[in-house]
Order: sequence, then structure tokens, then C-alpha cells
Amino acid sequence: MKSQAHKSIAGIATAIVAASVIGAGAAFADEEAELTVNGEIDMITKTAAPAHLSDALDEVLSGWRFRSDTTQDMQMDDFDNPGMIWVEEAREKWATAEGSEGKSCMDCHGEPEDMSGVKAVYPKWNEGAGEVYTLQMQMNECRTDRMGAEAWDTDKGDSIPMEALLASVSRGLPVNVAIDGPGQATWEKGRELYYTRTGQLDLSCASCHEENYGNMIRADHLSQGQVNGFPTYRLKNTKLNGVQSRFKGCVRDTRAQTFSPGSPEFVALEMYVASRGNGLSVEGPSVRN
Amino acid sequence: MATGVKPRVKVPKTAAAGETVTLKTLISHKMESGQRKDGDGNVIPRSIINRFTCEFNGKPVIDVTLEPAISTNPFFEFEAVVDAEGEFKFTWYDDDGDVYETAKSIKIA
Repeated sequence: MKSQAHKSIAGIATAIVAASVIGAGAAFADEEAELTVNGEIDMITKTAAPAHLSDALDEVLSGWRFRSDTTQDMQMDDFDNPGMIWVEEAREKWATAEGSEGKSCMDCHGEPEDMSGVKAVYPKWNEGAGEVYTLQMQMNECRTDRMGAEAWDTDKGDSIPMEALLASVSRGLPVNVAIDGPGQATWEKGRELYYTRTGQLDLSCASCHEENYGNMIRADHLSQGQVNGFPTYRLKNTKLNGVQSRFKGCVRDTRAQTFSPGSPEFVALEMYVASRGNGLSVEGPSVRN
Repeated sequence: MATGVKPRVKVPKTAAAGETVTLKTLISHKMESGQRKDGDGNVIPRSIINRFTCEFNGKPVIDVTLEPAISTNPFFEFEAVVDAEGEFKFTWYDDDGDVYETAKSIKIA
């Protein structure tokens, strides 16, 4: 009798463990799925957290892992990925001369593929300007100083497709944003913003994306808020979205007055958030909901 | 006039005789529904692709009527049985009368 009682207690314990495992599985619908694009680019969508995050997170997860099967599938083939429409568009732009100097991107930089690896290290310190540059700021410096063309607005018009093109040629390479050196002050400012609660709802980035990722926020599945997949094609608005526009959407959702895309605050935040994904693959243009 | 319209298709280069192949097509098009208004309150006129067809060696494979609720950049994925080598012809019909065509040939391996 005694041993039977023990057995059933052990049985209950096993059942509870099993239930909690299933629970975790449901929260991360596709936790074990792996991302390979076009059957040839293997992406790292889950890896050990970078050292500066080790107190907060054990591992970092790409937003891809939080999406449903059908959304995940769309990113696995360039023909199925609607974001590639803008990449194609930007490829033409890349070769088109513009501005008073009559130069195109291609005249100095060669093929877009020659820029492989560039997206992975941005935002980064620009010695000449004495500030941290996002990739879009660097593109604009090229346009105004070397092409004699007009600067593009942050996250608008042609800047997003061009950023997507540069991301697409770096796909599969690990994000590697430097957090020390002259850019450290900006990075620290970004970190402070990340942990600052804003708005009537009194939420910081960390409230959702660090403390509650994997849980639901109304009908949406909270990711870690990684930006390795930007620019991102969103099914909800059927276009490519920029990182800083996304920040604006998030801050607005806390019912706060937001910073503008292109503001020093969002540049710092982009740098910090990008560094939280150090080690994940560049995925842009990714597909999300 | 719809601008920036560009058809794209994905067809395997070869197939075994009698094999069922998967075809994918995408056309960049804004698919303006005719239900929206601009900043001044005027209705933005409807401008959509209203029909899409695919033929293989002159025989119909698929013929689709598109309605205004279909989103921007319509994507179709469908299957066809390939019995002999030949050519898939894809045609999109725009509200404004434009017709966009593209073709891909397939060989029997």
C-alpha cells in the first residue's frame, strides 16, 4: 500500500512537470523552430545573451521565434517575403546617379553585396561627426557630402528600402554593435531610456520586452523587442517599418508623448537595443505581424 | 494609372513528365480599394488588378477574379500538372486597361 501511495504521488509530480512544460511550449509557439532563408542562409535566432545583459537575460531570441508558423514561413523564402519588393527597388536606386556630383552609391561602393557586414555593426561611432550614427545617418552623410543630393528623412521614403537592401546583404551575420569606446556615453543614454517608465501606463521597454516576453499583451505575443530583423515587413500595414518608427509606436502605446524618429534619444535607444541583440543574425527585411 | 507595377513569377526550370509543380506569382500593385478618402474627403478612385490568369501551352491553369478587398501586392501560389515541356503564360488585368504579361518555360527532365 505504502509503496503504491508513493507511486501515485510521483505520478502527480510527473504530471505537473509535464503540464508546465506544455505551458511553456504554448507561450513560445515555435520555440524549437530554426530559420533558414532560401535553403542556404542559416540564421541564429537564439543565442546566449551578450555579457552586458547577463544579469537580465540568459538568452536572446529573435522576434521570428515568437511568430506563428505561417508568418515564419514567409521569411524563409525571398519570393514569399514581401519585404524583398523594396529591396529590389533599392537595388535600382543603388545604381542610379543622383545629386550635383552625378554619383550613385555604386560608383564608390560597388555592388550592394560588397557592403556585406556593414548593417551588423550599426549604430556606431562616427569619428568625423563626433557622434553615434545610425545606418540611415551614414547614408545621408554620403548623400549630402559626397553625392550633393538631398538627405532622406528618418524612416521615410527611400531611406527604409535602402536600409533593407543593406540589411539583406548582411543576412546571417551576427549583430555586433560596439558598446565601449567613444560611443559608450550614447549607449548608456540609450540604456537609461530603455529602463525609464513613460506614459499614463507607466511602462518602460523592459516592462514588456524583458520582464514579460513570451506572455500575451491583449492579442499580441510579446517578443524581446530585438531589432535584428529591421527593417521589418509588417502584415498589419503591408510595408517595411523602421526601428525608430517602431519605437515611436511602442512609446505611444504607453500613452506618452513620444520622441521623433531621428531624435538623439531614439538614436541612443536604437544603439542600445541593437546591442541587446549582439550575437543574433541580421534578418532584415524580416516578416512580422 | 497604377505606377511601379512589376510582375514576378517563380516556376521550376524542370519537372518530370506528369509531375505536379508549385507556381508562385507576385505583382507589385497598390490595389486601391475605392473605399478610402484622401485628406480633403474626396474618394480615392478604385485602381486594382481585377483578373489574373495562367495558361500552360494555351490551356488554362487558373483564372482568378480579384476584388477590392484583396491587399496590396497580390501573391498567388497554385499547382499545375506538367505533362510536356512548354511555357507558362501569366497575365494580370488592371482596372485602367493595362495588361501585364510574363512567361516562363519549363523543360521535362
